[in-house]
Amino acid sequence: MSQKLKQFSKNQIFWPLMVLLAILLANGVISGGQFFEMRIVDGHLYGRLIDILRNGSKLMVLAIGITMALATGGTDISVGSVMAISGAVACSIVDGRLLSGVSGSVTVAIVLALLAGLACGLWNGVLIAKAKIQPIVATMILMVAGRGIAQLITEGKIVTINSDAYYFINGGYILGLPFPLFIVAFAFVVVMLFTRKTASGLFIEAIGVNSVSSRFTGIKVDRIKLMIYAFSGLMAAVAGLIESAGIKGADCNNAGLLIELDAILSVAIGGTSLFGGRFSIPASVVGALIIQSISTSVLAIGVAPEVTLVVKSLIVIVICLVQSKKFKEMLAGKFSRRAVKEA
Amino acid sequence: MDTQEKLLEMEHITKIFPGVRALHDVHFSLGRGEIHALLGENGAGKSTLIKVLTGVFERDEGEIFLEGRAISPQSPQAAQNMGISTVYQEVNLCPNLSVAENVYIGREPGSAGRIDWKTINRKAAELLGRFDLHIDVTQNLDRYSVAVQQMVAIARAVDISAKVLILDEPTSSLTAVEVRKLFEIMRMLKAQGMGIIFVTHFLDQVYEVSDTITVLRGGEYIGSSPAADLPKMQLVAKMIGKEYEDLEGRPAAAAAAGHGAKDLFLRLEGAASARISDVNIDIQKGEVLGFSGLLGSGRSEIARLIFGVDPIVEGDIEIGGRHAAVREPIAAMRAGIGFCPENRKSEGIVGDLSVRENIMLALQAKQGMMKAMSRRQSEKLADTYIKALSIKTPSRDQSTNNLSGGNQQKVILARWLATNPDLLILDEPTRGIDIGTKAEIQKLVIKLAQDGMSLVFISSEVDEMVRCCGRMVILREKKLVGELAGDEISEDMIVKSMAGGAQFEPKTETV
Repeated sequence: MSQKLKQFSKNQIFWPLMVLLAILLANGVISGGQFFEMRIVDGHLYGRLIDILRNGSKLMVLAIGITMALATGGTDISVGSVMAISGAVACSIVDGRLLSGVSGSVTVAIVLALLAGLACGLWNGVLIAKAKIQPIVATMILMVAGRGIAQLITEGKIVTINSDAYYFINGGYILGLPFPLFIVAFAFVVVMLFTRKTASGLFIEAIGVNSVSSRFTGIKVDRIKLMIYAFSGLMAAVAGLIESAGIKGADCNNAGLLIELDAILSVAIGGTSLFGGRFSIPASVVGALIIQSISTSVLAIGVAPEVTLVVKSLIVIVICLVQSKKFKEMLAGKFSRRAVKEA
Repeated sequence: MDTQEKLLEMEHITKIFPGVRALHDVHFSLGRGEIHALLGENGAGKSTLIKVLTGVFERDEGEIFLEGRAISPQSPQAAQNMGISTVYQEVNLCPNLSVAENVYIGREPGSAGRIDWKTINRKAAELLGRFDLHIDVTQNLDRYSVAVQQMVAIARAVDISAKVLILDEPTSSLTAVEVRKLFEIMRMLKAQGMGIIFVTHFLDQVYEVSDTITVLRGGEYIGSSPAADLPKMQLVAKMIGKEYEDLEGRPAAAAAAGHGAKDLFLRLEGAASARISDVNIDIQKGEVLGFSGLLGSGRSEIARLIFGVDPIVEGDIEIGGRHAAVREPIAAMRAGIGFCPENRKSEGIVGDLSVRENIMLALQAKQGMMKAMSRRQSEKLADTYIKALSIKTPSRDQSTNNLSGGNQQKVILARWLATNPDLLILDEPTRGIDIGTKAEIQKLVIKLAQDGMSLVFISSEVDEMVRCCGRMVILREKKLVGELAGDEISEDMIVKSMAGGAQFEPKTETV
């Protein structure tokens, strides 16, 4: 048993999970247990934990999508803008200002929004894999242009919609649990199957460690990169749907603003190196939950909104230090030396 | 022994790593104006001894005297201040700074935060001039060849006032002409009274330039003697702890391999890539075909063309009599070709991945992404090759970074053997590898050919080419200039054809 525990402590997900539990526990103590309370109203589960899960769903979806891009040593900073595009497409169709022929069909809206995200991702992929542009520069193009494209789709307006079917994406419940959680679970399972049951996980890590060697062993590096960025775009579109369903409309200027940084941070907190190589999707999901629970708990404790970001960044610094191998060694050295002195 | 004469003495040096005794009671002494070769197989403790001397590692026992004074440098910086400088195999300067900046980085002349560029450039040019290196010092370092970069590194080290200069594998990436130049510089420094420690795998070079030889084996001190008193055979025997005879000469097996093999496997007809043009070569089944030539003669370029790394732009590749469109490595692999590239670290191994993953990678890529090997299959595959090639690794899940160069090379060989290729291209498969592993790889090459595999063998070491190849094409300045087969193959003939008489600098003829 202790053997297994020891093994687990070396797993990439171990520290992120510990940090998450610590944050939740601290919240529980500060709130006097109120934090963990759950109520069932109309067969729906309510509570702080559920809030964190629901509000964190966008970030979890993005983290799932972006992890593989980071694992190849690349990055995708366009996801926030792609969210805006996806929301703009979906809301404009539901609203009827776009494709009025389908008379606001939610299904058509969702499908086309996802396709738009996929197209954005493919665009990034072509720039990176074929034109060999550095990923941060290549995705910056869409990061900047994306909001403009979204504005064009909505004709520069904030589109508000009135559709219970569409609201369901964010606010719906199945079996007492918020619907976005099922989206996250679905994306998670699909990606886990893809990376574990095919050789793609191995190939992605190999590319991240040494893309030249990978090409020399017959891995289709370009094709895999294209696929990865396309997938990241698709996941951004999904997050865009959740976001726009939450605010019941498309706000091109603010949808997913700066969320790409939180997404990258989620992956980093999860312990995947931004230089590429070994990656863990579950750890990235935990990373996203850590960020969400920090945001939620900072608000819950009643910190003034002006200093929320400061508190958040302090916590992130601590997490990154805990993740840092060098820091851990330093700490271990200090402790053992002290122990020697005392003895 | 008169200690006044001795520049550097290391006595009873012992270094213990957790679980391993890397050095045990090792002696080493270096006189003024002496070139002292430090030899041993990989893992013999050469690097550890050097690192103890330069303060990278702290020694557990023993003493070091520099000019009779006991020293214990705590860092390479400290060692350098005491007069002990090291130039490594991989030049560790800044390629994107100018030559002059590299020479004076960290000790720029000038005052009050201002840097005196004129002085830097003038002094750098003067310094390099003394090394007979007349280059534009304001150009970026990476504009120049590795050889020049190395000279710059040496010049820098000497200029920081080195009493002891350590050259760690300085010749691995140099051509014959450049090696000669390096030796001239070493002799010049020797004449100035500097003590030089020379670490290398090339035994011929040892005899050309060294006064004294010290051999280490498995962390133990085996002995020191003047180079003139130690014949090569004895030296090798000391290094590997066994007789050299099974390596010497051209084994009948190599000559036999390829003889009588008349089935064509691959034909290049007027083939051209972006880097080389008009290549016409036939590769027979079951032969070891050598590509001989100096560095940059086009031997690697042809290998890269065949394997689709540099896609073919003109001409034709036929495999088994049929036109083959080999435009990327995976296509070449499907046509039955494997390729161990020249640069093991940057093009071969995938460092952070485990031995198991490195071995399975090519086969997995060939099978396709969707048909993943199970964990158990890949473990079995890895275990099979770890055993077959006797790869020294604590486990199959060890990160490949932690293996020695020779074992990393074996991992890459295993990766390709796992794909069961018809043609295996080996570009410098034994570079920087100890003699024992070298011999193993050479034997393996001959055995694979005997079992019917075609092999292309590329090496800068002529004796190795003689030992392995049944047939050989000679390349010079990106053109095929000749072919040798069977009994025509000898060191003499190869060197003559490679150098190509009057067309080439006369010096290389004697190499």
